[in-house]
Amino acid sequence: MSIDLKTLDVAAIRRDFPLLSRILHGKPVVYLDSAVSGQMPVQVIDRMTKYQRDEHTNVHRGVSTLSQEATDFYEAAREKVRKFIGAGSSREIIWTRGTTEAINLVAQTFGRMNVKAGDEILLSAMEHHANIVPWQMLAQEKGATIKVIPMTDDGELVLDSLDELITERTRILGVVHVSNVLGTVNPVKEIIAHAHAKGVPVLVDGAQAVPHLAVDVQDLDADFYVFSGHKLSGPTGIGVLYGKLAHLEAMPPWHGGGSMIRSVTWEKTTYLPAPGKFEAGTPPIAAAIGLGVAIDYVTALGLDRIAAHEHELLAYATERLAAIPGLRILGNAKDKASVLSFVVEGIHAHDMGSLLDGEGVVVRAGHHCAQPIMTRFGVPATTRASFAYFNTREEVDILVSAVLKAIELFK
Amino acid sequence: MTDPRELYQQVILEHNKKPRNFGKLEGCTHHAEGHNPLCGDELDLTLVIEDGVVQDIKFQGSGCAIDTASASLMTGAVKGKSVAEAEAMAEQFRGMVRGELDPATQAPLLGKLTLFSGVKDLPSRVKCAVLPWATLHAALKGEEEASTE
Repeated sequence: MSIDLKTLDVAAIRRDFPLLSRILHGKPVVYLDSAVSGQMPVQVIDRMTKYQRDEHTNVHRGVSTLSQEATDFYEAAREKVRKFIGAGSSREIIWTRGTTEAINLVAQTFGRMNVKAGDEILLSAMEHHANIVPWQMLAQEKGATIKVIPMTDDGELVLDSLDELITERTRILGVVHVSNVLGTVNPVKEIIAHAHAKGVPVLVDGAQAVPHLAVDVQDLDADFYVFSGHKLSGPTGIGVLYGKLAHLEAMPPWHGGGSMIRSVTWEKTTYLPAPGKFEAGTPPIAAAIGLGVAIDYVTALGLDRIAAHEHELLAYATERLAAIPGLRILGNAKDKASVLSFVVEGIHAHDMGSLLDGEGVVVRAGHHCAQPIMTRFGVPATTRASFAYFNTREEVDILVSAVLKAIELFK
Repeated sequence: MTDPRELYQQVILEHNKKPRNFGKLEGCTHHAEGHNPLCGDELDLTLVIEDGVVQDIKFQGSGCAIDTASASLMTGAVKGKSVAEAEAMAEQFRGMVRGELDPATQAPLLGKLTLFSGVKDLPSRVKCAVLPWATLHAALKGEEEASTE
């Protein structure tokens, strides 16, 4: 892999991804589904394999050399995450299974502590189910209500509505940084400033943001920022909850068990400080180490170069797809990242998805775990292509040809 | 692995474009709504059954081509059949698309409906093809709703 160039050496990068040389239905695979799950470079796979083969034991246990080694690797990965998102302390980085678990953790601890009957939880109209359902569950339990920040037909949040929507009963605001359906990059810094002016803490769902743009949680002033490893060129089963230390210290633990305690007697248990308090049980050690390597990989490529490359692909794909009669792109925000959703008149997204699959083109077809967005735009489902740093203009051309072929078949 | 493109044969494309028996029967004797939670496919089935025979049947709703063509062909196939025959066809259709029955030898009631047999190799699409039949089964049983989940 060469990383000295001003722009990405995509041909070299592609050699790091074995899956990209697979043949699907007799065609080279065109992986345009990184928003569903990113591919891991061999560097990540090899590091995880080495850990599993030569280094594995449990972490934070005992005095063995192996345990100390594993703990060091595992904690070094936490430090990489801290640096990657600009957190002030690695104590603010909590490992979770993913974005979904991170949001559930916040809802069940911070949320339960602060939300009472009659209170309000404010979410945006473009949330993934992961940032809706945990809050609905909490609202139901507490007798609180969910309010929604609306969006325009272009897929931009109506920020003018914030003044009215944030009331003295609002206890938390949850907002997605980059929409997984529309690609919209929300002005979260501005939203957080609005909320903080009224004393409302903000959780940002960064699952689709961290792979595409540099995030600095202190600059954003986010109270909580969550994301998944597998969308960031890392493995599944690992994710991150960033929380401001003051919040984490005030929050009760969530899961109880080993690893999260200071001392246990039959009468009373005392807990570790954060992050330990929130990390009961044996964690996915290899996955955490793998995510650390994924962060090294992405950082070496440079998020600015990744963003520039993906933006060029997105602009090219948008131009080519928009020129197809009967094709409608959902999400035309001024600031978009790497995701392109569309519907074609007379062809259901699942048929489009199957037909593209037949051409080796891997996309997502469906409601993208964001049914309220489908309802908002009056469609049952969309086809979504999503771009990563290893994709090429030629692959966009293959996508466009495959779409045209499907349209021809359905004529 | 079957190429997904093979599923989209002319008959299926044509029935998707011009579905037969599309609409809603006023004064129906049997009715059910089918949902496919995965795709959001929705199907509304109305039937008139007299003397144990499907006298008339119509469907409406929104779905993918596999779902729509399956509903269109199904309504044509069961019209004029006895309830018992329709149930037997539903049974054979479900067995076929799940790969449990050989379309050539074990699905004598299905006729041209065997063209959906390729769905068995595309597990994510089996539910699309089955939804109309699951809805028919629910309507015949007097149930109001069917779901492929």
